[in-house]
Amino acid sequence: MIGDTTIGAIGRGTLFAWRELGGITILTGKVLRALIPPRLDGPELLRNMYRMGNRSLPIIALTAFFVGGIMVIQAGVLVKQLNAAGLVGWGAGYAIFREVGPMLIALMFSGRVGSNNTAELATMTVTEQLDGLRALAIDPIPYLVVPRVIAMTVCLLCLVILGNLIALYGGAFFAMLLLDLEFSTLYYSLVDNISWLDFVHGAVKAAAFGAAIAMTSCYFGVSVRGGAVGVGKAVNAAVVAAAISIVTLDFLLTAVLP
Amino acid sequence: MDQATNTGTAISVHDVNVGFDGTQVLRKLSLSLNTGGRLGILGPAAGGKSVLLKLLVGLVAPNAGTVQILGTDISKGNEKTLMRVRRDVGMLFQNYALFDFMTVGENVAFPLARLGETEEDEIAERVAARLKAVGLAGSADKMPSELSGGMKKRVGIARATIARPALLLYDEPTAGLDPVTTSKMYELIAADQAETGCTVVAVSSDVGALTGFASELALVHEGAIRYRGPSKAIAESEDALVRQFVSGADEGPL
Repeated sequence: MIGDTTIGAIGRGTLFAWRELGGITILTGKVLRALIPPRLDGPELLRNMYRMGNRSLPIIALTAFFVGGIMVIQAGVLVKQLNAAGLVGWGAGYAIFREVGPMLIALMFSGRVGSNNTAELATMTVTEQLDGLRALAIDPIPYLVVPRVIAMTVCLLCLVILGNLIALYGGAFFAMLLLDLEFSTLYYSLVDNISWLDFVHGAVKAAAFGAAIAMTSCYFGVSVRGGAVGVGKAVNAAVVAAAISIVTLDFLLTAVLP
Repeated sequence: MDQATNTGTAISVHDVNVGFDGTQVLRKLSLSLNTGGRLGILGPAAGGKSVLLKLLVGLVAPNAGTVQILGTDISKGNEKTLMRVRRDVGMLFQNYALFDFMTVGENVAFPLARLGETEEDEIAERVAARLKAVGLAGSADKMPSELSGGMKKRVGIARATIARPALLLYDEPTAGLDPVTTSKMYELIAADQAETGCTVVAVSSDVGALTGFASELALVHEGAIRYRGPSKAIAESEDALVRQFVSGADEGPL
């Protein structure tokens, strides 16, 4: 009986996951089709970029500053033991550019912007606003979804680039404060050892994470069923799906990218 | 509009079945309405009235049967065909479906603005005139969240009618309105129709108001039409279910 229940639950979970993955793939296809030729609603794109990008900047900056500090504090123990102060700047920069910056900022972005996007689209769906657009001969995909996907992808890329710089400053601040290191030591450690590939590696990840957050949050928003309860479930599912997408993509891109 | 005039039949629904998740909502339903006609659709709750209205604008696809709107078959679900037909259709939704990220004025202007065929000054004039006609002059800058249910309904009517479509579909146009405003709204809908010659279909549970407004009535029950005929004759229908619904009696088949 326990075995049946467990196998049944695994089967239901697998079917659910494949169905949602299929739905996200179909929506991605529709978004790509809407981009050829590009039919963008300019004001809607700018409105989304402002509220998704500008308004996320303070919280991203604060997070990034302390993330830089955490990297340096964690490295500090080894640095002192091995007397390798000259590697702190490179170590912090390498980790921030390639892994910690894109992933942590993407998770923060998903929690703040992705969940909000799902709630907004889901509310519009259950209050028949999407049907209202269709009835007025407006396809909601190019009008509502495409600007959000572009805005979220571009905004997360920009936020990761800015966040990485702030994280480096945060790292430098705490390294000087807690490890008694000179700024010039940190600076030359970074610029002498870091490669432009490290920066590109993180930028590609940021864009991929942005697109994944956008697609999952839009999909669960437009496919919602039910009223307020359905909206809550959609937001929950979108946050979980975005987190899984970010970690999976991070693994794949780390393996593939130079 | 020209297409509708040419064919003489604005709506032609033939043997349509609609179902969701194994539940049959419309069963072998057939309905037609001439261009310029005014049809009221009545019926008990959850009988398929709103689904029928959504079928007429292609928001619901039939499992079987054909749907011709303004001379075009929309039952195949071709997106380009649907978009073309919808440009000639205006719809008021039961739950208003106002865009909550736009002001009242922007909501009302939207059908004209998306067509891109009208100058901004003219759009502003027509928005002001429509809002005045529905008793909401001076509300253009408000957000939908600041309005009551009845006010949202009137904004929905203004939005549905501003582009002067050939076919107007109203889902519960007077729900939540007081009797005086209800009467005014039906007068407005009738005046618009007289001016533009459009075809009107209105779904309502308000038997008295709808009987006074529509020249013809259809009663939908369990996905099928139980009555179709002149408004004045519905009370004398031979169908006991129809008579009970119209009279509101406790005893009967409902």
